[in-house]
Amino acid sequence: MDAIETAPKAHFREYWDRRRILAPVMISPALLYIVALVGFPFVLAILYSLSDATTGNPSIHFVGLRNFATILHDPVFIRSLENTFLFTFVSQALVVVLSSILALALSEDFRGKQVVRFLILLPWTAPISLGAIGWLWIFDSVFSPMDWLLRAAGLLGVPHGFFGADSNLYWLGRPILAMASVIVVQTWRILPLATVILLAGISAIPNEILDAAAVDGASFWRRLFQIEIPLLLPVISIAVLFGVVFTFTDMTVVYVLTRGGPINSTQVLASWAFFVGIEAGDLGQGAAVALFLFPVLAGGTALVLRFARRREVA
Amino acid sequence: MALVRITGLTKYFNDHKAVDNISLATREGEFLVLLGPSGCGKTTLLRMIAGLEKPSSGEVVIGGRVVNDLPPRVRNIAMVFQSYALYPHMTVFKNISFPLRALKMEKEKINEKVEWAAQMFGIEQLLNRKPRELSGGERQRVALARAMVRMPSVFLLDEPLSNLDAKLRASAREELQQFQRQIGITTIYVTHDQVEAMGLGNRIVVMNHGKVRQIGTPWEVYHEPADTFVATFVGSPPMNLTEQGDVLVGFRPESFLPLEVNQGHGELKQFEFEVSLVEDLGGDRLIYGRLDEQFGRQRVVSRFAPNINFPIEAGRTHLFTVPEGKVKLFDRQTGVRIEKNIPAGEPDGRD
Amino acid sequence: MADFRKLRKQASIYGVATFFTIFCAFPFYWMLITTFKRDSDLFNPTNDPFILNAAPTLDHLRVLFFHTLFLRYLLNTFVVGAAVVIITLLVAVPAAYSLTRWAGRWGEGLGIGIFLTYLVPPTLLFIPLSRVVAFFGLTESIGSLILVYPTFTIPFCTWLLMGFFKSIPPDIEEQALIDGYSRLGALVKVVLPLSISGLLTVVVFAFTLSMQEFIYALAFISVSAQKTVSIGVPTELVRGDVFRWGPLMAAALVASIPVAILYTFFLDRFIAGFTMGAIK
Repeated sequence: MDAIETAPKAHFREYWDRRRILAPVMISPALLYIVALVGFPFVLAILYSLSDATTGNPSIHFVGLRNFATILHDPVFIRSLENTFLFTFVSQALVVVLSSILALALSEDFRGKQVVRFLILLPWTAPISLGAIGWLWIFDSVFSPMDWLLRAAGLLGVPHGFFGADSNLYWLGRPILAMASVIVVQTWRILPLATVILLAGISAIPNEILDAAAVDGASFWRRLFQIEIPLLLPVISIAVLFGVVFTFTDMTVVYVLTRGGPINSTQVLASWAFFVGIEAGDLGQGAAVALFLFPVLAGGTALVLRFARRREVA
Repeated sequence: MALVRITGLTKYFNDHKAVDNISLATREGEFLVLLGPSGCGKTTLLRMIAGLEKPSSGEVVIGGRVVNDLPPRVRNIAMVFQSYALYPHMTVFKNISFPLRALKMEKEKINEKVEWAAQMFGIEQLLNRKPRELSGGERQRVALARAMVRMPSVFLLDEPLSNLDAKLRASAREELQQFQRQIGITTIYVTHDQVEAMGLGNRIVVMNHGKVRQIGTPWEVYHEPADTFVATFVGSPPMNLTEQGDVLVGFRPESFLPLEVNQGHGELKQFEFEVSLVEDLGGDRLIYGRLDEQFGRQRVVSRFAPNINFPIEAGRTHLFTVPEGKVKLFDRQTGVRIEKNIPAGEPDGRD
Repeated sequence: MADFRKLRKQASIYGVATFFTIFCAFPFYWMLITTFKRDSDLFNPTNDPFILNAAPTLDHLRVLFFHTLFLRYLLNTFVVGAAVVIITLLVAVPAAYSLTRWAGRWGEGLGIGIFLTYLVPPTLLFIPLSRVVAFFGLTESIGSLILVYPTFTIPFCTWLLMGFFKSIPPDIEEQALIDGYSRLGALVKVVLPLSISGLLTVVVFAFTLSMQEFIYALAFISVSAQKTVSIGVPTELVRGDVFRWGPLMAAALVASIPVAILYTFFLDRFIAGFTMGAIK
């Protein structure tokens, strides 16, 4: 009697069970979004770079490789390209070294660690445009606290001072100092990300390995260079990979601090593409400049894929 | 209640044939055990009956209806997984009532049925707990109660005892059997443990490499194995097999006894047995050793029941025998039984 | 000897921690102290800039909240964030589920492919997207951000959710199918309740990532009233060459800290997504 009572209803909405129907239905919104708003714009970027479209007249009229020829003869573009590599390389080299030291320290237990962790993560967790505004004020041409410290130490603002006799250094006003400033801020920005990636890697090293090394009497340095660093290499590469991709293609720090100045001395590809393509409205040239970001992106992508494949084998 | 009938069922995973052209049918209220080593396709077969896998070819019929294209929820089956698959975010009550809520049953009716199921498995006091607060045995009972609560027409169990420790397993086995007899629902039970299979099943389906090797009562599977796979998979220690020309001669360790013990059991086949090790299991004794040159110095085992006091020690050679009726012959190439008159069914007196 | 070593180790850990804490948090300390400094104190180059040389003031906060569009920026940011969260959940949850449960190895590949689109930078796409936004009539409106931000939240959150769904044993879902539910029923009644922490992570990331975004917002919006915090503060609180440092720092601080707290809370899961199983 029970069996009859609980027998299933004769008709049921079958399509909710068919994976052949459900699987594509459920994945398609995501694919559609990505194709429409990443894939299509990417193709559009290539088309623009081959055209003379502007914001005022956005219709695509092909001009061949003229945009590329123009920008390759543009000293600002060349400067931006050089700056981008310098900016990326120096900041990420600093990030690797500093984040390794910091991660090793944070992997130990000490009092107040949670607070320290929160504070150290701030540059990554807080919106970067707001953090950079803080730095803008720190680098102020008159009220910079660093200038104040140097003056207090007698290194600045006195005759024959180590940093000169002017009362200020004008951090963002001189080409070399400006470049150093944006590099420091970008290092500051990426450091927490690299640190937490490394920390996750350190905590994943099995304790037995470290214990065994300690029992074998390995010194701190031997342990560091022969055990920890080799074991961490894959994680370090992941940290570097994301750091490089995020730095090479970003413009926020440069835009907020210097707008590429003084006289384009901190101009990078991304910011130059912005000024040409968005502010000046030359869609064609702007797109051509931005496309130079693509090779690094593609390289990064290939490396990610390699990591992913290695994981599948493991 | 319903019968399950399977015809020509085959399942491919890519190129791998997991289930190979299997046909079988349950009997009303039967406890049918699918037995085989891991990877033999028994779980895949069960999952096809449940509707969790789609057959590559063949038919599954439940209660007279072809269910190949029906999702699990309309097959009116219940299944208990090896892991019990209790919903961790629900209390025991919610777990057990989950299938009833799918049927949009009234609240009072649900309460009544959950109470009934909980009582049957003695878990009334656990209804408000979450699964993580339960012991292994309690979890198993909850899983059974959830399976039973809506009175399915077929009951499928996938190694439900393998997560219990050895002691609990024995008592759970007994309970499971009692309870199945009481309710009388057709039950299909998957296991790789031949002791479990022998103890629980009305009939056993022995499987290997996706194929059925033998379907029979526990008695038949043990005493009249259809081929060498069944002979060696069922029984511990397995059936002894020795080569003699084109045939393999098989005999169970407990039939392989000293001449003095076997005398009076009809015609005897004789072997010289060089004993190398005697293992005392407390009750039974296992005697390991080799046969003579005539049988290629094949390693074999003998099992002495506690009532056999025959003195035996390692290093000596004895004259051992097997009653002719207990000798099974298999084709050396195919492993299939080759005697003309394999007795069908169970004789009156079990031995 | 051993004690000395231990002490030295302790000292170096504290030393490193202190140095980096100052380096990382100093700009935020700088915002904090500027927020409460009187202008007379702030703009005197001989005063010690690291401390309050006069009684603290709430003037800057008052200006920020009552004489600028800051509250409007906060509201815009919140609306964009909430809308992006909803779109992300609606799109990423089914996608991640479909990829983990049905597509097998092929799904893993497609999942990685979707994740990679997270790496495509705004600077590569802002020029064509500005035309796409114009096509939808969303120029100069927060609608443009609601349309575009999911292009990076969907990939990342789909990838994160795949990890969560994978950790739910298929048995439990199949049990629900046996117990009388459809695939969709099993998803709603069993899978989603078991992935609450994953869904929460997605909500937090979709929200914080869209709150932090700067480049698209800068490229698509120049009308003050449509700006979000991340572009409104750096572009609007500066009038010509006149920086109103007090309100500016107050704004940066007020908008940063809540995001940072939320983000820090869920950071470990975020990192688990980045490392893609290179760490077990």
